[in-house]
Amino acid sequence: MKDKKPKNVFKEGAISSEFIATSIEKHQSKTSIGAHNIFLGQVRADTIDNKTVSAIEYTAYEEMAIAKFHEIREAAFNKFDLNCMHIYHSLGKVNVGEICMFVFVSSPRRKEVFKAIEYIVEEIKANVPVFGKEIFEDETHQWKVNS
Amino acid sequence: MQLTIKYFGLIAEITKRNKEQFEFSGTLINEFLETVYLKYPKLKETHFQVAQNNEIVSKETIITQTEIALLPPFAGG
Repeated sequence: MKDKKPKNVFKEGAISSEFIATSIEKHQSKTSIGAHNIFLGQVRADTIDNKTVSAIEYTAYEEMAIAKFHEIREAAFNKFDLNCMHIYHSLGKVNVGEICMFVFVSSPRRKEVFKAIEYIVEEIKANVPVFGKEIFEDETHQWKVNS
Repeated sequence: MQLTIKYFGLIAEITKRNKEQFEFSGTLINEFLETVYLKYPKLKETHFQVAQNNEIVSKETIITQTEIALLPPFAGG
């Protein structure tokens, strides 16, 4: 449901498949919804100079990030015909193969959710101050930059 | 004026702290950064953006808040 108060979207560690399944299930009572769309960001085992990423440790400028997530949310509700929207992002360590972001939008019609999910994910990547330390298998690290 | 400056990610790794306070008597972000560079010359060669009041601002912006943040490239999602 549309909600004017900034929500805390951060979760400590990886986002579990149980959490995602429960979120979907909670929408069964909202019967004006005809289409859901979900984006899941997964930590990739990039290989850089023969070293493979084993996890990403996320930090954020939380106060600004929560304000930015709220702006994106409000803008998406204005642009698209959505019943509801949920955004979750991990903080702390997330291992490769685990989920670090979960965006979930619902609308009466499918075309809106396709457009909305792309808009929301791109806005998050460009404008939300989240930082990622890519930890390699040998415990060295480098700082991730969104491309 | 006493300014609190917050550091994140790669920037915090260079400064070896997450925040600190600076006494500052100038006007613009640019002038303030010169003070910060004196302490951390390495930041001069490091890419970052400056945020004031939860917004990215240009370095020619007048400082109106007591908290400034130096943000390295974003990596969310």
